Amino acid sequence: MRRIPPALLVPAVLGLLFLVLPLVGLLVRTPWTSVPRLLAAPDSLNALRLSLVTATLATVLSLVLGVPLAWLLARVRFPGRRLVRALVTIPLVLPPVVGGVALLLVFGRRGLVGSWWGLSLPFTTAGVVVAEAFVAMPFLVVAVEGALLAADLRYEEAAVTLGASRWTVFRRITLPMVGPGVVAGAVLCWARALGEFGATITFAGNFPGRTQTMPLAVYLALESDPDAAILLSLVLLLVSVAVLVGLRGRWIGEGGMA
Amino acid sequence: MGSKQRILAVVAVVAMLGLAGCGGSDKPANEPVASGSADSLTGTVTVLAASSLTEVFDQLGKQFEAAHHGVKVTFSYGGSSTLAQQIVNGAPADVFAAASPATMKTVTSAGMASESPTVFVRNQLVIAVGPGNPKHIAGLADLIKPGVKVALCAAAVPCGAAAKTALSAAGVNLKPVTLEQDVKSALSKVELGEVDAALVYRTDAKSASGKVEGVEFPESAKAINDYPIAALKDAPNPDGAKAFVAFILSAPARDAMVQVGFQAP
Amino acid sequence: MSLRARVVVERPRFRLDAALEVADGEVVALLGPNGAGKTTALRALAGLTQNRGSVVLDGEVLDRVPPERRRVGVVFQDYLLFPHLSVVDNVAFGPRCRGTGRAAARREAMEWLERTGLAEYADVKPRSLSGGQAQRVALARALAVHPRLLLLDEPLAALDAGTRLEIRARLRQHLAGFEAATVLVTHDALDAMVLADRIVVLERGAIVQEGTPAEITRRPRTDYVARLVGLNLYRGRAADGVVELAAGGRLSVDAPVTGEVFVAFPPSAVALYAQRPEGSPRNVWRGTVMGVERQGDRVRVELSGAPPVVADVTPAAVAELELLAGQPVWAAVKATETHAYPAQV
Repeated sequence: MRRIPPALLVPAVLGLLFLVLPLVGLLVRTPWTSVPRLLAAPDSLNALRLSLVTATLATVLSLVLGVPLAWLLARVRFPGRRLVRALVTIPLVLPPVVGGVALLLVFGRRGLVGSWWGLSLPFTTAGVVVAEAFVAMPFLVVAVEGALLAADLRYEEAAVTLGASRWTVFRRITLPMVGPGVVAGAVLCWARALGEFGATITFAGNFPGRTQTMPLAVYLALESDPDAAILLSLVLLLVSVAVLVGLRGRWIGEGGMA
Repeated sequence: MGSKQRILAVVAVVAMLGLAGCGGSDKPANEPVASGSADSLTGTVTVLAASSLTEVFDQLGKQFEAAHHGVKVTFSYGGSSTLAQQIVNGAPADVFAAASPATMKTVTSAGMASESPTVFVRNQLVIAVGPGNPKHIAGLADLIKPGVKVALCAAAVPCGAAAKTALSAAGVNLKPVTLEQDVKSALSKVELGEVDAALVYRTDAKSASGKVEGVEFPESAKAINDYPIAALKDAPNPDGAKAFVAFILSAPARDAMVQVGFQAP
Repeated sequence: MSLRARVVVERPRFRLDAALEVADGEVVALLGPNGAGKTTALRALAGLTQNRGSVVLDGEVLDRVPPERRRVGVVFQDYLLFPHLSVVDNVAFGPRCRGTGRAAARREAMEWLERTGLAEYADVKPRSLSGGQAQRVALARALAVHPRLLLLDEPLAALDAGTRLEIRARLRQHLAGFEAATVLVTHDALDAMVLADRIVVLERGAIVQEGTPAEITRRPRTDYVARLVGLNLYRGRAADGVVELAAGGRLSVDAPVTGEVFVAFPPSAVALYAQRPEGSPRNVWRGTVMGVERQGDRVRVELSGAPPVVADVTPAAVAELELLAGQPVWAAVKATETHAYPAQV
């Protein structure tokens, strides 16, 4: 075996420790004796259920809107495409709280859209889904667009010569062939939605059972009941690990989003 | 490593801890502290204060700096319970000014206060409504009218605890649309028009006058919040901490706070 | 005429401009080196590449008809069978797109697979097929839409040499049974000769020669074609049975031609001598050996000189003449073994 240069090995090990130690801390400090009591608390269960439901709905919304958007960016030449591509990825770099404020200004009671359609999204579960989708959808779009760009266009041409319309090509050829990319994007999107905090608390507020998701519950529990916060964090950690294991060999194993 | 580098390294670590601990604050005290009388105060005094104190403490901080040349006061405002947790978790701070005895108790029972806390002001709740009071809210009972959306503070923060006390005193079974993590975000929901009313401190309503109106209600007398202040045991600048607490308890400071809507204890 | 087309495609530093006519039942091969524009021409006919010329199929102008409505069957290079669909679903894809119901389309696809002898592979995924099987599925898939024009892009290029012979013969049978026009693209002269009724030679975006395989073989008009069919080819000016070659030198020929002509003869017609041969052949010139390469039971010798020439000699001759690169040698060709024909068609 060749020697690993210490200049690489030492930072690498430090980096690993840096990423893993907080998780170890979470495990070490978990108040195992009070686990049953805390897990049975209706607020914890409500928050967990709400998180799972809203993250899933946000992923569905992102799939319905994001996959066609990715297709548009990857397959159709139109003026300003580069600008649109940059716009789509803005929520990736925007602080989520800013995203929440922006959502309020658009979908709030007095927002651009909100005041016009008379429907109020803030403080509703639908608002949570919207906030999560806003933050998480770019992950899906980027992943799916990468898969589309990497796919062999000639198969789509072959389908066209057989008489397939653009919609048929998309449905029967493109989508199945980029399926793994869509799945990876959806899992990423779901994981991001599950962890969403800033946009949610800003846009949808915080109310148990309606808009209080797990990350909000963790944050607020930290102030009143740190033990509960640790346990809720642990539950979120377990869910994240389950997702990562599910992705192993697909996204992490093959490396790169594309 | 030379002694110069060693000091720099220590400063860097302390600065990082400070940033990690109290979000908004600039930097904690890290200059050497001169011993002796209050007049020879130097360095930085880091104050963690309830967010309802934001405006008045900013103003008082400037006065304190003017009275003690060479001293800088940095504030970190937030929900009292958040700040209390930060102190318990080792945030380097000199003074804690809480909006309730309960949140101060988190700090004292952890043995983090260097003295027993002193109540320096009291605050009372009002109903914050939009300009012109469009929903015609005159009291707590009006908050449960259909179509009225109300934001409260979460029960863990003092303004939420006070709201809970006031509402049960009035026998009003209110269903808020959101439980905000501090009084300022509850107030901003009214300013943005996302809710019709919020229970906030009189001082907060006053500081946002023009954008919100405060509606007084009798039950608020049952839920008066005491604001305790204490110097902290692990204060990097213990002399500065002591001096700042004394300044807040002084008559001129109290007058300034009464002027913005607080009550003297 | 079933297909009448002019394909014009402009690219930076490349222009394709070729006119094609293909009758019903006729198989035309587009033969040319890599980069000649063969595949581009095919894509233009299918409507996959913008054509500035015009495509008329059975009297219908297709220029504004999108590719999915042209009813042009294409067998792509690498076949491009849809990897996620079974073999039968690949073949049924076309009929399904044209509105046939699922069950009927599968029945139709099964008939095509039976005709190509692949019925037993109906339910497997394309990746488990051999190259030859994949080619037949691709052909069945293209034919299942009852195309008015069949296009094949290098249909044999993906196959290894061992199976190529058999598959070429089988493909020829299938194409012979197809009643509409067929255009196939290849860079392999043998494929073109075996499969096509007529060959169109494309070089650098333009047609340089057209004719039956026999005509092309006998009378190549470019170096590329001559090399493909294994002939020495020269262009020159003929007068009184002697051709002054553009490449230098002169050749006596045994044909009553005058003016611009081509002269062609096979490498086997060239004899090599260490000394200038006395008497017999009229065409004798001096050259230098550039390369010696064994090809089967013959040895191919490349000479520079006026003109340069390729000769096929026996290994014994190589040993006797001690042929090595750089060695001077005499080349001789009998006038009766040359073939001269007018350069203008």
